[in-house]
Amino acid sequence: MKLAYFPGCTLKNHAKNFEDSALCALNKLGVEVEELHRWNCCGTVFSLATDDLIHHVAPVRNMIRAKELNTDKLMTMCAMCYNTLKRSNERMKKDAESLDIINDLMYEEEVKYKGDVEVLHLLEVLRDGIHFTAVSEKIKTPLQGLKVASYYGCYLVRPKEIGFDNQENPTILDELMALCGATPIDFPYKVECCGAYLTVDKPEIIAERTNQIIGSVVKKGAEVVVVSCPLCAFNLDQRQKVTKKIFPDFKNIPVLYFTQLLAISLGCSENDLGLNLHHIDPRPILKEKGLI
Amino acid sequence: MRINISRKNRQNPFIEKVQELSGQNLLVCYQCGKCSAGCPAVSNMDILPNQIIRYAQLGFKDELLESKSIWACASCMTCNVRCPKGINIAEVIEVLRQLLLRKRKDHVEVDKMTNAEKEDVPPIALISCFRKFTS
Ligand code: SF4
Ligand code: SF4
Repeated sequence: MKLAYFPGCTLKNHAKNFEDSALCALNKLGVEVEELHRWNCCGTVFSLATDDLIHHVAPVRNMIRAKELNTDKLMTMCAMCYNTLKRSNERMKKDAESLDIINDLMYEEEVKYKGDVEVLHLLEVLRDGIHFTAVSEKIKTPLQGLKVASYYGCYLVRPKEIGFDNQENPTILDELMALCGATPIDFPYKVECCGAYLTVDKPEIIAERTNQIIGSVVKKGAEVVVVSCPLCAFNLDQRQKVTKKIFPDFKNIPVLYFTQLLAISLGCSENDLGLNLHHIDPRPILKEKGLI
Repeated sequence: MRINISRKNRQNPFIEKVQELSGQNLLVCYQCGKCSAGCPAVSNMDILPNQIIRYAQLGFKDELLESKSIWACASCMTCNVRCPKGINIAEVIEVLRQLLLRKRKDHVEVDKMTNAEKEDVPPIALISCFRKFTS
């Protein structure tokens, strides 16, 4: 299997560990990945105002980059990129008039976009493309005894039209963690918003949410949290610093990308995991479990 | 608080604008409150999501555009997926922000942010914040 891949901005710096671990895992699964040439930032958020067409240019231009690779499938792993690319793409598929305008705005592109690319999240690729059963056959180091809470947040599951799982009770990450050998831990805040970009102007709001979300995870006995969004990761991990300051009883816990745990279970080496990029170091618990 | 409801307000072009830019029919809301019940941002709001819809139905432009709520909402879409009438509340709130941003009334002032503040957060946070809170 060969897949066109859109990384997005943050996977090239703060979330390098997300990209490296995912690419290593895909390699172990025998999937060849080709990064789009000249991809551009998707804009991170889908435009919600009906007349705001200009902000669909960035996501749609990436569809053209995919067409240039002669493919009609585009895979991404950042939950925000996924949401933005997929929603803009869905609008183009349904709304021929907007698509015409967008193509006009990009008149210098050689390829005209026809709404014929499918945007996929890595989790979908694992479940429906490679198939979970095939993944489980490749597990070398089961995450024996590791209690993992999967946090889904917003953009992976909402709104209904784009999600590939139930919006109120998604389970895809829990299923993946279980087949990697971990013990999934359920908790009530798995689809509660972490506050997203309010982290820029109101970190104290993020501290409240982190206290609530991580507090619940800890109460349920989880040892690590996994996410699929670099903004969730930043808020739930790096913002534990300010959370601890405001809420002295707060208990720290490592936050990982689901791909890092997947990569461990598929036998990737520590060099591909970027475990040094976290605020709360996940290495002690992973060592304790004999996973690194 | 005293609220004057009049026919005149209902003919307010502001209501038309909000409906047009959000693509929502505000009048179908029957004030069940489900949007506010599940909203994670209510503790930072002065007007709750169901009240935002009611105020918009009645054309309370100034109250809405001056509210803290529109900058506390992070478009998490919880209200949208739960509204029994299928109203996209997050879209209505986006439009209220847009009405201000399109007049260059930015909520976050990029030029007043220090480099240290910008370096403290990843690109995904900065770009989304600027997309939502600046013109
Ligand atoms: S959930 Fe929908 S119908 Fe109920 S108050 Fe909110 S907007 Fe109105
Ligand atoms: S989209 Fe905004 S109003 Fe709706 S639930 Fe989320 S934060 Fe609350």
